[in-house]
Amino acid sequence: MHLRKVKEFIIERMIFLSGIMSIIIVALIFIFLLKEGLSIFWRVPISDFLFARNWYPISDPPQFGILPLILGSILVTAGAGVISIPIGIASALFIAEIAPRKTKEVLKAGIELLAAIPSVVIGFIGMVTLGPFIKDLFHLSTGLTALSGSITLAFMAMPTIVSIAEDAITAVPRQYRDAAIAMGATKWQTTWRIVAHAARPGMVAAVMLGIGRVIGETMAVMMVTGNAALIPHSILQPVRTLTATVAAEMGETVQGGEHYAALFAIGIVLFIITFLINGVADIYLHKTKK
Amino acid sequence: MKKLIIETRHLDLFYGSFQALTDINLGIEEKNITALIGPSGCGKSTLVRVFNRMNDTIEGVHTNGEVEVLGENIFGPEADLIALRQKVGMVFQRPNPFPLSVYENITFGLEIHHSRSKKEFGEMVEQSLTDVMLWNDLKDRLDRSALRLSLEQQQRLCIARVLAMKPQIILMDEPCSALDPIATLRIEELMQELKRNYSIVIVTHNMQQAARASDYTAFMYLGNLIEFGNTKSIFTKPVQKKTEEYITGRFG
Repeated sequence: MHLRKVKEFIIERMIFLSGIMSIIIVALIFIFLLKEGLSIFWRVPISDFLFARNWYPISDPPQFGILPLILGSILVTAGAGVISIPIGIASALFIAEIAPRKTKEVLKAGIELLAAIPSVVIGFIGMVTLGPFIKDLFHLSTGLTALSGSITLAFMAMPTIVSIAEDAITAVPRQYRDAAIAMGATKWQTTWRIVAHAARPGMVAAVMLGIGRVIGETMAVMMVTGNAALIPHSILQPVRTLTATVAAEMGETVQGGEHYAALFAIGIVLFIITFLINGVADIYLHKTKK
Repeated sequence: MKKLIIETRHLDLFYGSFQALTDINLGIEEKNITALIGPSGCGKSTLVRVFNRMNDTIEGVHTNGEVEVLGENIFGPEADLIALRQKVGMVFQRPNPFPLSVYENITFGLEIHHSRSKKEFGEMVEQSLTDVMLWNDLKDRLDRSALRLSLEQQQRLCIARVLAMKPQIILMDEPCSALDPIATLRIEELMQELKRNYSIVIVTHNMQQAARASDYTAFMYLGNLIEFGNTKSIFTKPVQKKTEEYITGRFG
């Protein structure tokens, strides 16, 4: 009897430990980021770090202004959103509401496959096919631009958006559809006015998670955006994102040095951005459940 | 005799290869309440869903025979489902207001059927909520989500949203089965009010409800229409043995 209680106790604790493990790890990562990155703010005030226009980390004296990088990330992400959100939501509606069963299964499998393509492969394809195409289309000196990055990333956001939005649409109770159809609504009126409306929180969450993936993506963007740390004036210019900066420069820094700390500070900024985006997505996902 | 608003002739209905309705011949009069009763699986819900062709949403359904609703052959090549469903409203078993505000629940039907101005919407919302005796309770809460109403209020709202489309027939598929006995009685009272202007067909598994609330009763069993007639005579002197066994509670 006693032994059984001990066993129960041990099992409970083990499950509890595994449960909070992810939280502990996230907390440790954040603490590590802060520890390594905060020292840059002794030298560069936060407002300068965030809003100064020049990122010259290895000139003398070095300049650590990440505004061009933030704008690069925002531009690429916004572009990816403009492309992937309408297409993603439309294909989710098509798969959930309109497609016959067989088409639906083929499409769903295809979208899962799209999610499984490694980002370096997508980046590679973007670099050798999309880049030259954009270059010729707009008569540019280089095809590696923010637009190329946006298109590439749109492909990576799409699977997330489609599969989560499709779940949300499928979860809309049949009785709402029946009510609308019985009132004489057409298929489109039912889908758009009632089903999409009921699934809206889930669709917003899908979009936020897709965008979260885009902001954090590194490899593909590094390969197709041209990596010029300049303030972009148009979507047809090369840009450099926050993530690409860290990935490209970390290998060249001296551990504990200023540049090293600045890159960790970029990590903190990224962490906060994705945390906020996931937070918003979470709020909306919970709304759907209610 | 009053005008017939629904007539079926030799109606058969199949779900795939399963025959759910067999040779149904029925004439329903206007401005009456007609109850369809029978044990579960007898086809009464299937039959009521023929009248607005809601069975079309189920895969593999096909029918033989003729059904005329308001003088039109609803399975004819020129049948207009949207117009049919505007004239033949339906109230479901579980209250199913849209996850929208009270106001939008009613204006949805108006928007899809009438190109009226938004100004008139206000009056029509008031009128239809008044008809179901919800106006006084809800007039200050029209922008609230309909999902926050009580079940009885939700069901009244579902009736109101049907009334707003100005139908001639209202089909009710066990409209009280999710409600408590007091709410059930109040919905029945409402039906008595509504039958002055509308024809009502109600499916119910509750024999007392059919006896209390309807003018005509059809008893169905295993997809067949066993007996149809005046409610009083069905419940006091049924002709068919099966009907008698059912209403006296020997099976069902």
